Amino acid sequence: MAISNDRILLGTRKGVFDVRRRQGHWRVDAPQLPGQAIAYAVRDPRNGSIWASLDHGHWGCKLARSKDDGATYADVEPPKYPEDAGATAKYYWVIAPAPADRPGEVWIGTEPGGLFSTKDDGASWQLNDPLWKMCVEQKWQGGGRPGAGIHSIDFDPRDSNHAYLAISCAGVVETRDGGRSWAHRNAGMTSVFDPNSTMDFGHDPHCVVMAPSRPDVLWQANHCGVYRTTDGAASWKELTKKPLVDFGFPVGVHPTNPDVAWLVPMQSDMVRTPVNARLSVVRTDDGGETWTEHVEGLPSPAYDFPFRHGFAVGGDGDSLALGTTSGNLYTSDDGGRSWQCLSNSLPPIYSVRFA
Amino acid sequence: MATVHFTPHLMRFFPLPPSCTVEGASLLELVQGLESRWPGIAFYLLDEQRRLRENVAFWIDGVRYLERDPARGTVAPEATVHVMQALSGG
Repeated sequence: MAISNDRILLGTRKGVFDVRRRQGHWRVDAPQLPGQAIAYAVRDPRNGSIWASLDHGHWGCKLARSKDDGATYADVEPPKYPEDAGATAKYYWVIAPAPADRPGEVWIGTEPGGLFSTKDDGASWQLNDPLWKMCVEQKWQGGGRPGAGIHSIDFDPRDSNHAYLAISCAGVVETRDGGRSWAHRNAGMTSVFDPNSTMDFGHDPHCVVMAPSRPDVLWQANHCGVYRTTDGAASWKELTKKPLVDFGFPVGVHPTNPDVAWLVPMQSDMVRTPVNARLSVVRTDDGGETWTEHVEGLPSPAYDFPFRHGFAVGGDGDSLALGTTSGNLYTSDDGGRSWQCLSNSLPPIYSVRFA
Repeated sequence: MATVHFTPHLMRFFPLPPSCTVEGASLLELVQGLESRWPGIAFYLLDEQRRLRENVAFWIDGVRYLERDPARGTVAPEATVHVMQALSGG
């Protein structure tokens, strides 16, 4: 199943919102899992299942899934850290269905830094031991959340054994053998919050996305700037241009053109509101050499912003969606040049995914 | 047997009565008893390291149990135990 342009799943503070466009009009209906905090919601393109990560707070994080296209959800036994791991799951931050040649396999990135996978469609989960060993031995620290957290998972469409994770704060790691071994891929990043600013690991990528049409190209919004790689993360090139190509959380990439990407600029890490209090989206068409700011249809003044999963690109590369910390939802039909507000009254939005 | 009273907030996830009797000499044993009747409930009350979740409050005979090791929470045969969402969780 291809990613559509007419359906958006929102993970919000108060449920999963399934936002659909029919006859050209978007509609926001009542949420599923109402009143429950949903850290992330995603539709599995292989079978149409919808996975939702629940952040119950008091009762710990949990997992739910819909097998009837979002009509109903059922609990799924969630991943648990084994007793000898000495850890407890704080947040299921991202859920990534594996490529089509790995049926039944789903990966979940968690805080405090462990990666879990299922090969039986959620009946059982396994902690990735080699990665967890790295996390413990290298003492990965938290960034944004109290503990280290995996928030980005990118599978290579050419080879499902090949994948990248982005971890706050370890950096980017790569596996070429389906997760049996991992290597840091942070060359070129500079982290000013660490005296050893070009260290092997300990960086804080906010969001990393792979260009589906050229998987050796990945884009990165980092705590300390913006980066792009064209050699499969062997090296990262910094693209930072203050004030608009600098600090922010999400990054989006065009599905068929690896040189087209989007960012949502924020003032700075000390002032986490839009630049000059104007919500904007910046777009590049030349691989990050130049950027254009787009504000049509976006508010000013504005003091809310999207979290790292709060920006999504549809299958056509022109349909975009942006959901903010204050529950404002915007869409674009022209690749970000102009925007329409769908709602100003949703709960805080944690994830936005076209489905 | 102890009598366990549940917060309504927990009833949204499990078909719990407002209260029930459970065999157990410690909070851990009570939770294990609850798990046998409502599979999955233990993971709502304990984390993977079998510690009481930080923002779940247990009261034994009117006194809040402040430790996180449920095995150390002694429960008398006719005790009253309340399971509540702590305000600390928001």
